[in-house]
This record gives sequence, C-alpha cells and structure tokens, in this order.
Amino acid sequence: MVNALDARLSMYHFYTAFAALLIGGFFGLLQTLVRSEQLTLPVDLNYYQVLTAHGVLLALVFTTFFIFGFMYAGVVKTTGEFASHRRKAAWIGFVLMLIGTIMATTLILMNKATVLYTFYAPLQASPFFYIGLAFIIIGTYFAAYAIISQYRSWRKEHKGEKSPLFTFMAVATLVLWLIATIGVVTAVTLQYIPWSFGWTETINVALSRTLFWFFGHPLVYFWLLPAYMAWYVTVPKIIGGKIFSDSLARLAFLLFILFSIPVGFHHQLLEPGISEVWKYVQVVLTFAVIIPSLMTAFAMFASFEIAGREKGATGLLGWFKKLPWSDVRFLAPFIGMAFFIPAGAGGIINASHQMNQVVHNTIWVTGHFHITIGATVILTFFGISYWLIPHLKGRVLTKHINNLGKYQIVLWTVGMFIMSAAMHFSGLSGNPRRTQITSYNGHEAAASWGSYEVAMSVGGTLLLFSIFLFIGLMINLAFWAPKGSEEFPIGEEFEDTHQLPKLLENWKVWIAIAILLILIAYTIPVIDLIQDAPPGSPGYQFW
Amino acid sequence: MHIHKLEKVWIAIGFVTLVAFLTTVGIQAFASDGHHGAPSDLTKLDPEKVHETEPFDDPGLHKIGENEYELVMILESYGFTPHEVRIPEGSTVHFQITTIDVVHGFEIAGTTVNMMATPGHVNSMTYTFEEKGNYLILCNEFCGTGHHFMSAELEVY
Ligand code: HEM
Ligand SMILES: [Cu+2]
Ligand SMILES: [Cu+2]
Repeated sequence: MVNALDARLSMYHFYTAFAALLIGGFFGLLQTLVRSEQLTLPVDLNYYQVLTAHGVLLALVFTTFFIFGFMYAGVVKTTGEFASHRRKAAWIGFVLMLIGTIMATTLILMNKATVLYTFYAPLQASPFFYIGLAFIIIGTYFAAYAIISQYRSWRKEHKGEKSPLFTFMAVATLVLWLIATIGVVTAVTLQYIPWSFGWTETINVALSRTLFWFFGHPLVYFWLLPAYMAWYVTVPKIIGGKIFSDSLARLAFLLFILFSIPVGFHHQLLEPGISEVWKYVQVVLTFAVIIPSLMTAFAMFASFEIAGREKGATGLLGWFKKLPWSDVRFLAPFIGMAFFIPAGAGGIINASHQMNQVVHNTIWVTGHFHITIGATVILTFFGISYWLIPHLKGRVLTKHINNLGKYQIVLWTVGMFIMSAAMHFSGLSGNPRRTQITSYNGHEAAASWGSYEVAMSVGGTLLLFSIFLFIGLMINLAFWAPKGSEEFPIGEEFEDTHQLPKLLENWKVWIAIAILLILIAYTIPVIDLIQDAPPGSPGYQFW
Repeated sequence: MHIHKLEKVWIAIGFVTLVAFLTTVGIQAFASDGHHGAPSDLTKLDPEKVHETEPFDDPGLHKIGENEYELVMILESYGFTPHEVRIPEGSTVHFQITTIDVVHGFEIAGTTVNMMATPGHVNSMTYTFEEKGNYLILCNEFCGTGHHFMSAELEVY
C-alpha cells in the first residue's frame, strides 16, 4: 500500500488527467463530425478553437498529469514515501500546472488563443496563453525536483546498491524532459511573451519553430517512456514472468535520451531557411532511435516467452497461448505494443525526406500520432489505471470490472483502428490536416476524401464511448469497488544482476554525450537562423 | 553486461537496415538526378515588402524554356496569387513561393509538391507534370479561421 498522503498526490493528478481526457475526447468527436460535414458548430465556437483545445487538453494536459501521477506512485513504491518537503514541491507543481491549464483553456474558449497547440508564430495569441503554458512547464520542474531529489537521497542511503529500475527510468524520463524544455522555455520567455505584450515588435519565426521542435520531438518520448516503464517493469509481473534484462532496459532508456533530442528538424524538413545538410544530419540521428526501440521489442517478447515457458509452454510459439489474454492489465498494454509496429514504420516513413514529401501536413500525420500516442501510449495508460487507481484507493479490481474493462479496450482499439486507418489512407492522396472542411468546392482531387472523413467519425464515436466507459469504471474503482489491496506489480529480474556496470548510473557522462550531440546537430544552423535572419514578423490574429 | 546472442543478431539486423535506409535517403537527397532533397531554399526577404521584392513583384507563370516554366506565387490568408494557372502536359515547373503574413503550406494534392512558406523566406521546388488534369493546390498549414478556403487550381492540358 502506498501511504495515504502520496496516494492522494497521485490521485489528484489522475482526476485532472481524466477530466482533460473526457473534454478533449468530446472535442475530438466534434472535429470528425465537422470535417465530415455532419455537424456545423455554433457561431461563437469555431473549429480551430475546438482543435486547439483538443491538442492542448490531450497532448499536453492529459499526458503530463497522468505521467506525473504514475511516476510519483512508482517512485514512492520503489524508494519509500516522499520526504515532506518533496511532497510539498510536488503539490506546488500540481497547483502551478493546474493554474496554467485553466488559464490556457479559458483563453482558448474565449477565442483569444486560436493558434493550435503548436502555437506557431506569427499567429499571435493573448500573452496569458503563453504564460499559462509557462506555468505548466514550471510546475513540471517542481515535480521533477521531487522525484530526482528522492532518487539522489535513496542512492546516498544505499551506497553500492543499484537503484530501483522504476525510479531510474523515471529519472531518465525527467532528464530528457529537462533538456527538451530548454527549447520551448527559451522561445516562450524570450520570444513569445515579450512579443505578445508588444514589448518587441517582431518575432524571428524560423527560430521560434526550431526552438519549438527542439522540444516537440522529445515531447513524444516524454509520453512514450512512461509507457515503456510500464512495459519493462510492470507487465512482466502481471504475466507471471521476469524482467529480461535490467541493465539493457536502463541502457535503452539512456539511448532514448541521446537520440530523441537532436532530431527536431525532421518536423521541419519542408521548411526554407535550414540547409539540407543539417536536415540530413538530424535525420541520421532520428533513425538511430531504431536501436533502443528494437531492444525494447526484444525485451518484451523475451519476457513473454519466459513467462509462457515457466507456465509449461512448449514448442516455438506455445508461450503465446499462455499469456493472460483475459486480464485487462495485460490486454491493454499488449494491444498498445501491437499498434507500435505500424506506428514505428510510419515514423520511419515520415522521417525519410522523399516519402515525407507525400504525407507532410496531410491527415496521414494525424493518423500517425493517433496510433502512437492515441493508441500505444494511451492503451498502456488505460492498462495502468485499472490496477493503479484501486491500488491507491485501497480497493480491488474485480472480475466484473476487469471484464467491462476489456470491452472498453476493444472499443478503443476498433475505434482507433478505423479512425487512424482512414486518416492514413486519405492522407496519402493529400487530404490536409488541421482543416475544417476538405471538399474544396467539389474539386475532383478531393472527391475521395469525404467518405474517409465519415469513417473517421465512426471511429471517433466508438472512441468517445470508450472514454465514457473508462471514466465510469475509474469512478467505480476509486469510490465503489470492494475494499482490499490491489497489487502494484513490480517485476523481478530473470537473472539477478546485483552489479550494474557503473557507467549506467553515471549521469554526468550521459548528459554530456546528449549535450554534445545537441551541439553538433544544432549549433551552426541556429547561429545561421539568428545571425542571418530576415526582418521579423509582427503578430497576426486571423480569427 | 550480458547480451543474449539472439539479441545481438536482432540488433545487428536493425543496424544494417538503418544504414541501408539512411544510404537510400541520402543518395536520393544528394546524389540522384533531378535532386530529391527536401525543399530548403535559403533565400530571404523582408516579409512586409514582398510585393516590391523580385521575383514577387511580378507573380505568375513565366515561360523560361521549351516546356519549362517558372511559377512565382504569393501566399496570404486566405489565397494564392495567381490562383489559376494553365500549363501544357509534360511541363517542368519551378515553383517559387513566399508568404506576406503567417505560415502557410503549399501542397498540390496527389503529387509530391509539398513545402512550407514561412515569413521572411522564399521556398522553391521543381516538378514535372506528366499527366493531364485539373490539380488542386491547397494550403496545408493552419493560417486562420478561413484556412479551409485557401486553395487554387492548376490545369495541365
Ligand atoms: C475520442 C478520441 C479522439 C478523437 C475522435 C480524435 C480526433 C481527432 C481529429 C479528427 C483530429 C484532426 C483534426 C484536424 O487536423 O483537422 C485530431 C487531432 C489531434 N489529436 Fe485527436 N482524437 C482523439 C483522441 C486523441 C488523443 C487521446 C490524443 C492524445 C493523447 C489526441 C491528440 C491529438 C492531437 C495532438 C491532434 C493534433 C492537433 C493539431 O493538429 O493541432 N487525440 N484528433
Ligand atoms: Cu518527431
Ligand atoms: Cu492555411
């Protein structure tokens, strides 16, 4: 059992995350209905406001709150309860993030920040929108402090022992986050806020985009790594197996830090002002992420096989049948893993110059991130919620809720499959993303898109039902399910290695390599963007 | 650190694939005929003086050779100038675009013509239209509440 104070801390993060999921998901369905021309929005709510809210609430708010709720619970579970000053820091972080979220959402709904969640200049939102975003990020710094300082004092008290895998991974995720946010914090504080207050007249657009994507790509790894934490640490226990290799798991996380930051240009491949050579350098680094990804895939299947064989499976693939398919705690993350196979392939396509030429800014890309974050990550988060919420609330996941949970997961899977397949296919013929209506006055090139848009709305409907069911089940697990103690599954190692290679926990070395790669990939192009900049842009409010 | 034999094989396969992919992308970008790199024009201009700056002081289609054209286009919320263009089948077109206000996208649906227009920068690419038809040019980056009206037509006859 987690102690009550720390449990409450995590639960408040989950309440906020699930509220964001509900509202954001509702907006998502509206988008599919508008795009397929089945619904017209009331005049004082425009499509792009809805889309901004959807992106902010799901990609920024839902993910961040869920991730911290999960990391706190796991860190407390593996290193002991928070010292009170750390718990206090975590609460300050929570309050700051909440204030930031409320500010940003209010401004979006007031139509003062219809700039989408990427807030590309020179579209200019109210300064308080950017300040709201800054609050969210500053809040995460308090949260990061709580976890990292907990880890450091654990290590001091346990000299010579290796740190708990879960906490190590949480720290790695935060190291990635702290480095990544340098980009967006620089852009928001030095560019957007002064410019939107009118203290500076113009903004360097190309620089702001580069700083954004310095953050934007590692942001997706900030979502993905907590899902991997669940895969590496909790799934082996749920299936009755073992963690395949503790050291390789750590190495994979460290490699993700190295290869997920100096790669932002793969989002700017079609942009002027950045030379092709630097784009290619970053594409090379982007592809390097294949290595830790393959290591992760290997580790997963190895631990599945170990589990199956321990249960007496024989033959080459006999272990597959021994997996606990009817346990929602396993089913959800497993389907998430399966989604990552096409999702990873799609990622390689997007990062390759010539293929990206076909899909850039089409709804293919939206399909891509709905199967990465919207399926792989979120299905894993669903799976976590089914045991973590009752664990924190001193209740149990009953068989009945487990069964309903399987329906919820299947609904999500089918909905996401339909919606994202339609997005991928119509994107291939050019259907643009971020566009309210795509009929273009009946132009023949757009003729095929309408039926895909309808398919997206069918998928979207299933998804929203799945969210309703999920929220209902979570309320049940938090307040009504029978009292008891639900396990926080923490896997054991297959071959116990007490001694870790020292290098793996030598953060200075890894951070230094990360910074070196960043300097190699970014120094020259950023200097060019600053020194050789064209006259800047004034702000525009085209809404 | 012990690494399982099969895992070494698996990672080695991954590594070889990675090198093969990167070589393909690299050769196509830098060493193939016709140059298939990403549109990365480094030309700059003052975004508030676009109409006075060459070549945007004379936007439109300019014939520069046998079956070869230069198409100079200005993007703004919510339109393209020019917004109707006709070219003969088999023409090679060198596109040169810029924006006078916010960021826009320049996409010709069903082709590989796709690039961003960011203020202060010129972007360019070349494409040969081998098939007749009425092509849809559209903006694929959000540029304001009328973004979905931002389109133009290119007819290949
Ligand atoms: C009920 C479930 C959902 C539905 C029906 C849905 C639907 C959509 C649609 C139709 C778009 C594209 C709109 C456009 O480009 O014009 C979109 C964009 C997006 N969605 Fe979702 N979505 C859902 C869930 C999610 C989840 C769970 C996440 C992430 C956690 C997510 C993140 C995003 C993001 C980041 C965008 C891009 C926004 C932008 O381009 O500015 N969505 N969604
Ligand atoms: Cu990326
Ligand atoms: Cu537009």
